[in-house]
Amino acid sequence: MAETHSLQDIRQQATVAAKVFIQRDYTSGTMCQFQTKFPTELETRIDKQQFEETVRTLNNLYAEAEKLGGHSYLEGCLACLTAYTIFLCMETHYEKVLKKIAKYIQEQNDKIYAPRGLLLTDPIERGLRVIEITIFEDRSTGSGR
Amino acid sequence: MLGLGVTEPMRECQYSEISVVASSPMDAEHTKRVPRRRKWETFPGRNKFYCNGRIMMAKQTGVFYLTMVLIVVTSGLFFAFDCPFLATNLTPAIPAIGGVLFVFVMGMLFRASFSDPGVLPRATPDEAAHLERQIGEDVANGPGQGGYRPPPRTREVIINGQTVKLKYCFTCKIFRPPRASHCSLCDNCVERFDHHCPWVGNCVGRRNYRFFYLFILSLSLLTVFIFAFVVTHVILRSSQTGFLSALKDSPARYLFIVVVCFFSVWSIVGLSGFHTYLIGSNQTTNEDIKGSWSSKRGKENYNPYSYGSIVANCCAALCGPLPPSLIDRRGFVRPDAARPSPRSNGTSAYVSSQPRTRMCDQDQCIQSTKFVLQAAATPLLHNELITVSGGHSLSGKPSLGGPCASLPAAQHTPPGPVPNATWEAEALVRRDQEKSLFRWRASDEVSSPPSLGHGNPLYDPASQDSLHQDSVRGLVKLSSV
Repeated sequence: MAETHSLQDIRQQATVAAKVFIQRDYTSGTMCQFQTKFPTELETRIDKQQFEETVRTLNNLYAEAEKLGGHSYLEGCLACLTAYTIFLCMETHYEKVLKKIAKYIQEQNDKIYAPRGLLLTDPIERGLRVIEITIFEDRSTGSGR
Repeated sequence: MLGLGVTEPMRECQYSEISVVASSPMDAEHTKRVPRRRKWETFPGRNKFYCNGRIMMAKQTGVFYLTMVLIVVTSGLFFAFDCPFLATNLTPAIPAIGGVLFVFVMGMLFRASFSDPGVLPRATPDEAAHLERQIGEDVANGPGQGGYRPPPRTREVIINGQTVKLKYCFTCKIFRPPRASHCSLCDNCVERFDHHCPWVGNCVGRRNYRFFYLFILSLSLLTVFIFAFVVTHVILRSSQTGFLSALKDSPARYLFIVVVCFFSVWSIVGLSGFHTYLIGSNQTTNEDIKGSWSSKRGKENYNPYSYGSIVANCCAALCGPLPPSLIDRRGFVRPDAARPSPRSNGTSAYVSSQPRTRMCDQDQCIQSTKFVLQAAATPLLHNELITVSGGHSLSGKPSLGGPCASLPAAQHTPPGPVPNATWEAEALVRRDQEKSLFRWRASDEVSSPPSLGHGNPLYDPASQDSLHQDSVRGLVKLSSV
């Protein structure tokens, strides 16, 4: 019992060392954009360009989701005419883009962040408030003695 | 190392524990014991949910039912009594149009009432801690930079040339986005908060503003429609049989319809006009009432959110993309989200408190500490058992002031004696603290309910047992700190 308890301790400690939160950038209004400022805690883990590229792509995707244009107006009018019942069979444009974003984050995690001991959390799970980056300690990966 | 037979099972366990990051055999077993709950069941705001989380409304829904009754009864009377005459004497298009309008009004009402207005989920404990640290740093670094420092817990951001203050919400532990506001009735921060509408039984915010607007617009059309055709009906009848005999048929009904329609026209049509103006200028009711963007505040004051033209603003408000709900009410609560802090003496204490570990562990710990120290400091204790808090003695005051007064002194204990003291205090708690705990709890009711998560009245056995459990849990936690 004591052994499993201390194992739990070690596992807990080995998994999460710190969490960094990338806050929202409101300078262009209420649109969903995140700050591209590089946090100091990640300096030893990943390079600045890579990180900024990720955040910029996410910002572009969110901008696409909230874009006001012909497509969104058409969707809005059609929805209104069908008393919004059309959304029972169809996904909104925003939801489609959110799926794209989820896939992109998964891909970034697999290719870039997980090998460096980092994990991006999809902002939608945090209410689009922050991008949560979990920093894992190095010794947790493959250290099964 | 693997040669040691005694430790071999442990080694296997260790391997499986570390290699599987997402879930371990122990965790899987843990989750099997507890049924999965949906997120709406543990939602911290004061909303009511129906249909397993599909429908979300405010706590007070009485006025909403009144709205529904008024609309249905008035329309029903119209369809039942006036439409047959009008259909035969004028055109059947009248009841058809009336029917379509009625269905549209009810559809928009339900959509506005039942959907999530744009509630912002509360910050996770990690986020809240991070923000607190940042606020602390702001306070420390603030003075001396350019003279002006915004007050703590506000941030200033420049949007399209206008300075907007972002306020920190103490309940939700977030910095509110621009245009968001905290609704005190629903106890949620809502994005682009317009107002809380009792008639609709919900807040009106970013996600349901267009439904609300279409509801009041179509309702004003329906009201005017019904009013006009009831008058037409009376006129036509009176041209056939005379005015008074036309009224004699069912005077109460005409009076009812006239009264309802008259008041509706003034209030609802007026409201529709007001919201049309708000949509055209891209303001919320909140902003308009406060005069946030009015030119009276200064010549340089303008609305940074406006798209420039009335048409663009209308299109954006009514036909813009509909954002999805951020609170995911029908999702399942993840057990790892409820994982307790790593330093625990055993899992038994946490199995029973599964629904409660989602709360901030720090809050829980503080409350538990309070319980324990209060319990230890009550006058009903046997004197020989009091070795708590570095041996401070009690004067055995019977009043409520006693425990509370001794608490500050008790809180200054060094961590050393606490482990010993807690086990003795635990014994005390189990024996005879019920009455004193309840009396103390009554005085502290305002501050403690959120962290305990009970809605139960204070004096029933169920909450009594859970209070005991809380104290014991708190003691276990304290002893492991």
